[in-house]
Amino acid sequence: MMTALTVKNLSKTFTMHLRDGVVLPVVENVNFHVQPGECVVLGGPSGAGKSSILKMVYGNYGVDAGSIVIQHHGAAVDLATADPRTVLTLRRDSIGYVSQFLRTVPRVSALDVVAEPLVIRGVDKGEAQDRARALLARLNLPERLWSLPPATFSGGEQQRVNIARGFITDHPVLLLDEPTASLDATNRAVVVAMIGEKKAQGVALLGIFHDEEVREAVADRILDVTAFAPELAA
Amino acid sequence: MSQDMSMQEPLLKVDNLTKYYGSRLGCADVSFELWPGEVLAIVGESGSGKTTLLNSLSATLEPTSGQTHYRMRDGAWRNIYDLSEAERRFLVRTDWGFVHQNPADGLRMTVSAGANVGERLMAVGDRHYGHIRETALDWLGRVEIAADRIDDQPRSFSGGMRQRLQIARNLVTGPRLVFMDEPTGGLDVSVQARLLDLLRGLVGELGLAAIVVTHDLAVARLLSHRMMVMKDGHVIEAGLTDRVLDDPREPYTQLLVSSILQV
Amino acid sequence: MNAVAQYNFAYLDEQTKRMIRRAILKAIAIPGYQVPFSSREMPMPYGWGTGGVQVTASIIGPDDVLKVIDQGADDTTNAVSIRAFFAKVAQVATTTHTAEATIIQTRHRIPEKKLGAGQILVYQVPIPEPLRFLEPRETETRKMHALEEYGLMHVKLYEDIARHGRIATTYAYPVKVEGRYVMDPSPTPKFDNPKMHMSEALQLFGAGREHRIYAVPPHTQVVSLDFEDHPFAIQHFEQPCALCGAEQVYLDEVILDDQGGHMYVCSDTDNCEERRAAGHVGTLGVAQEAAE
Repeated sequence: MMTALTVKNLSKTFTMHLRDGVVLPVVENVNFHVQPGECVVLGGPSGAGKSSILKMVYGNYGVDAGSIVIQHHGAAVDLATADPRTVLTLRRDSIGYVSQFLRTVPRVSALDVVAEPLVIRGVDKGEAQDRARALLARLNLPERLWSLPPATFSGGEQQRVNIARGFITDHPVLLLDEPTASLDATNRAVVVAMIGEKKAQGVALLGIFHDEEVREAVADRILDVTAFAPELAA
Repeated sequence: MSQDMSMQEPLLKVDNLTKYYGSRLGCADVSFELWPGEVLAIVGESGSGKTTLLNSLSATLEPTSGQTHYRMRDGAWRNIYDLSEAERRFLVRTDWGFVHQNPADGLRMTVSAGANVGERLMAVGDRHYGHIRETALDWLGRVEIAADRIDDQPRSFSGGMRQRLQIARNLVTGPRLVFMDEPTGGLDVSVQARLLDLLRGLVGELGLAAIVVTHDLAVARLLSHRMMVMKDGHVIEAGLTDRVLDDPREPYTQLLVSSILQV
Repeated sequence: MNAVAQYNFAYLDEQTKRMIRRAILKAIAIPGYQVPFSSREMPMPYGWGTGGVQVTASIIGPDDVLKVIDQGADDTTNAVSIRAFFAKVAQVATTTHTAEATIIQTRHRIPEKKLGAGQILVYQVPIPEPLRFLEPRETETRKMHALEEYGLMHVKLYEDIARHGRIATTYAYPVKVEGRYVMDPSPTPKFDNPKMHMSEALQLFGAGREHRIYAVPPHTQVVSLDFEDHPFAIQHFEQPCALCGAEQVYLDEVILDDQGGHMYVCSDTDNCEERRAAGHVGTLGVAQEAAE
């Protein structure tokens, strides 16, 4: 079985030019892999670089060194050195992402936000919206909110829109950044069940979960990110 | 992008485009490629050279040096500065669009909205009044202008309506590449939101490639796939839009991003 | 001492005639294209036919027979003055009969009688540029003609239909000449447009104030612009001429009294006279005693 995601020798620093060029190392020599059907959890204290690793895997953050290899349409693609168009294709077809905060766009309804990843893959809009409705219903988002833009939703409501959007496709790799942070127990359970279903479908999941209960329920392996802490400059 | 990504060929290839106004630099050594269905934002503050670049790319200005090759509808690659005036005017009228910051620059203010939209069709030989009017009505609907305004002149329209009319006028011939110069500049915030949503939708639906000049990073994030940041005539950073905005590398880019006021 | 001895034949000096003839030849070679020329000071102000007069003066010869009409009539002030002018400075024969004329200078009408080979119709033109009212820039309109970009012309027609339900232009109706240039036929009623098409006569157009000459050689295609679903149609008159009973001719309205009484009579006075001389009588006409 081909490894879905392989991260090798990944390193990142931030150079803060607005603060006299202070260099903030984030992570160094990150090495791990994720198999189809397994859920790897990034663990460690706040600020250790968990979110940054996730964002690098999604192409949202740049990479200083190393490689991020993903299986994409049967071929291995290194996201770390991929050009922008390739990254966009990867996101469209192979890597899904549930971010911590939903970035809202004026005038687009929650339903359309969720349906969008399917629509850009060519799925008929009506069908995409049907699947979006099913997911939103499962996540207990009140129906009266479906046609409204999410800008005025509560944190938990926005998070559920985000989750639905990330889970609606069949991407072989799914990245989850604190997906249950603002949810109540009922909805946490729904998400756990959804993750279980993805695993059964052979999706490779990489996630950050602060909630211990959820972590225990979904994690196949936990990776302590402090192992990749950069050596502090003298 | 809803565009079929199996299209391997880019639509536009720009090589070392440079424009001097006398001894003053407009823009220097700009190179990039643009693919069908891709939206590129050119971001910078006043004097960055972004408008010079846009005008050079759209053949409104002749550059000092460098090339811009465009893949015509028949598949042939042409250097747009080598086109005859007739060819260039035809291209600008059919396969390209140019949305001006001030809509009055891109409209005929003394002619009805319907005629504004229909003009390009008449220019390429459409001689059926009913068909022209129907097409105009359809497009007015798509840019959310009420159908009963079709015979009104844009002089009686608000700024936002004029801008939407300008967009309809440009898109009616199904151009593959649209240039936009600060399309939401000067509009009220709520009007901007509506316009941006419209643009986003149309670009996606029609698979348009677009080059959008803006000083507003939020507009860049909403509309574009890729971004180029310009300062003093040079492109100082370029890449995936969300990457450049969330993980800016260059000092100037970091300054720009950090300068946005939070609501 | 002969008072007109100080003027050259037909008023203009020979060099000027040469220049205008060159412009005319160029215009004939490119039907419908507006040729710039160096318009001279004439003994009448701009707006009174100086363009037409300069063209006539350049082509007229001692054996020519000149007819001058204004809105179809030989007896209005302008027609009379211009005819007298040429009688004086060229001493040519003049006539009111269309069939007898070799040169016909006209303001805003084409004679009803079909013109034949060897006849020249000289039109007086105020604004030669058909696109002028939509595009005020001369630089732009020249480019449009050069590049055959005539979409704007149809925009004007579209606006008419949108506003009035039909193409409302009734005079100076734009035409396409020999499939290439769009031309303003001068403010003749659209009723006359079909007469320009495949005429055996040579048609010359002079605009003095605007410094342009253009031409339609004999046997040239002249097609009025329209839309497929709003085809070009000429004016239709309900009744015939009140004096001579002519149908299918352009009629003028004449007010008879201040109670709103009116009648419609031929605009082409020569045509009307001829018909009456031949015995035709209209509802308000008086039978002619004897043929002329």
